[in-house]
Amino acid sequence: MSLLESIRIALNAIRGNALRSALTILMIVIGVGCVIIGAAFGSGTQAAVQEQMSTLGANVLSIYPGQSFGHGRVASSNRVSLTIDDYDALRRDSQFLSAVVPELRSSRQVKFGNKNIHGTITGTTPNYLVVNNRELTHGRMITQSDLAARRRVAVLGYSIPSSFEFAPTSLLGRDISIGRIIFKVVGVFAEVGSGGYGPSVDDAIYIPLTTARFRVFGSDRLGSLSAEVKENIGIDMAMVDIERVLRREHKIRPGDPNDFQIMNRSVFTDMMQSITRTLSTYVIGILAISLLIGAIGILSIMLVSVTERTREIGVRKALGATRGNILTQFIVEAITLGALGGLFGIVLGWLGSEAISSQFGMPLIVEMQTVLIAVAVSVSVGFSAGVWPAYLASKLDPIEALRHD
Amino acid sequence: MATPNRSASRDSPPSGRVIDLQTIHKNYRMGSETIRALNGVDCRIDANEYVAIMGPSGSGKSTLMNIIGCLDRPSAGEYWLDGQNVSKLNDKALARVRNRMIGFVFQTFNLLSKSNALQNVETPLLYGGVGRRERRNRARQALERVGLDDRTFHKPSELSGGQRQRVAVARALVNDPAILLADEPTGNLDSRTGEDIMALFEELYSAGQTIILVTHEPGIAVRAKRHIHLRDGEVTEDYLLENS
Repeated sequence: MSLLESIRIALNAIRGNALRSALTILMIVIGVGCVIIGAAFGSGTQAAVQEQMSTLGANVLSIYPGQSFGHGRVASSNRVSLTIDDYDALRRDSQFLSAVVPELRSSRQVKFGNKNIHGTITGTTPNYLVVNNRELTHGRMITQSDLAARRRVAVLGYSIPSSFEFAPTSLLGRDISIGRIIFKVVGVFAEVGSGGYGPSVDDAIYIPLTTARFRVFGSDRLGSLSAEVKENIGIDMAMVDIERVLRREHKIRPGDPNDFQIMNRSVFTDMMQSITRTLSTYVIGILAISLLIGAIGILSIMLVSVTERTREIGVRKALGATRGNILTQFIVEAITLGALGGLFGIVLGWLGSEAISSQFGMPLIVEMQTVLIAVAVSVSVGFSAGVWPAYLASKLDPIEALRHD
Repeated sequence: MATPNRSASRDSPPSGRVIDLQTIHKNYRMGSETIRALNGVDCRIDANEYVAIMGPSGSGKSTLMNIIGCLDRPSAGEYWLDGQNVSKLNDKALARVRNRMIGFVFQTFNLLSKSNALQNVETPLLYGGVGRRERRNRARQALERVGLDDRTFHKPSELSGGQRQRVAVARALVNDPAILLADEPTGNLDSRTGEDIMALFEELYSAGQTIILVTHEPGIAVRAKRHIHLRDGEVTEDYLLENS
């Protein structure tokens, strides 16, 4: 008897008890569904983190004013600050940094034509572009001569033109007003995106540091500094280097805490990765528990089935079925139950992932590998749950079985 | 439908010995007691015989039927079926013998309830390793022989008692067995339907089928051509009926 015949008989038996079979595989359906969604969430997060990594560059450190309280918390205070003097000191005294980029940030009313938006204005230097791995779609970046002349020029984040309902090209060379000061648009950045998490730099407007300091904000307090570490230098060494320069600049006595914080940008990605890892552990946990319950479900139904179908087994044996035939029949039936559970679970998981993805804008990726593992696992769950009942069925004495009511 | 050595009509002399039971003993252990179900049964049945095995309950007729049907092995003695000693065969070989040589008809029909008539009749061929197309054809032919070609795709629950027993007979015949072994085939049927089934048996016998009927109803047994009476595990009477 071929395997195909066995599967046909199994499907027949499963169809014959459709409701019971459906309830039997429900746990596997739910389990596999949850696992597919969980794994899709993990894969999506991983992909987003990887994208972020490539955008930020792993060799760039961020320096923020204020003390650190616990994990990554920065307390901003008026007393402690990061100034343009610190920027100059780092450029002058640090040994392991190839570039330092200041970001002087504040919010201002931005006006173009009769439209108003509230925008983040960032005063910075030309090397912002390279260090932050940004690209321009139109026009040019701020130049050294813009800095020297304190020119009122602006480079727009990717989303700004559409905020004014204008094409980027038609904004280029036009005047916009930032805090009632007229600026000329000289460039537009390419899209960065938020990778699904955090605020986006696409909404910011960039102007020369000197213009921001002397003409717009009238302040030299920086929102943050970015520092690019020289090649072949460890991030840790660079952090020590920065600490040394800034502590001297801020005249901090030995033993006193820093009034600034150096953030390795990979801290964020590390955090995301550790969340993903935790999630993966939960996913495996859910998988293990639900499949165990699913296996017990199949096992108990198969045991009931063997008792209930004792007479059928007797008839089949009288008609010439060998022990092997009966063993195969019941194992195939259990495997088919498991596989059906797996298939419906995959459909459920896939639909769920799609729904979550479109509903919450989170990136969920269902990977082929996950699907294959889910199928393999549900088949083996069916197999392991079916072996014992099938063995009991095959061992039945045909005479006893025929006498059974 | 029968092979040449079994195709002789009932008027011609028996062309072969189908069953040869030689001093068959069967003992069961019930706790500390040994029950002698069969106590040295000697019996020969030739091709194209129509035999009724009779006896009160506890006489050992079920045990004898199980041994003839290769569902069980004798404790002692030899059983030759169609020239093969089957008394020492293992489970797998016995399953094959049942599949090829024996056609069972049970009192309670014993059809597979989830399968339709055709699938039921196909089942022995499935275990005999017959291909799908041939299986289909032979099952249809068998259903035709019992007059059920219009009920091919009906489930047992959609058939009357008589029709169910006909499906069972078709299933018993589909593998062209050496013997048709019927255990109280009319026991669950009303007398008119029972009569139909007995008429069907007669027809099969006329076409050359060897039939062994196990029954305790004299009215049914009288349709057979030879009676074997059992009592306390021994053959007490074995005679041909005059009217045959």
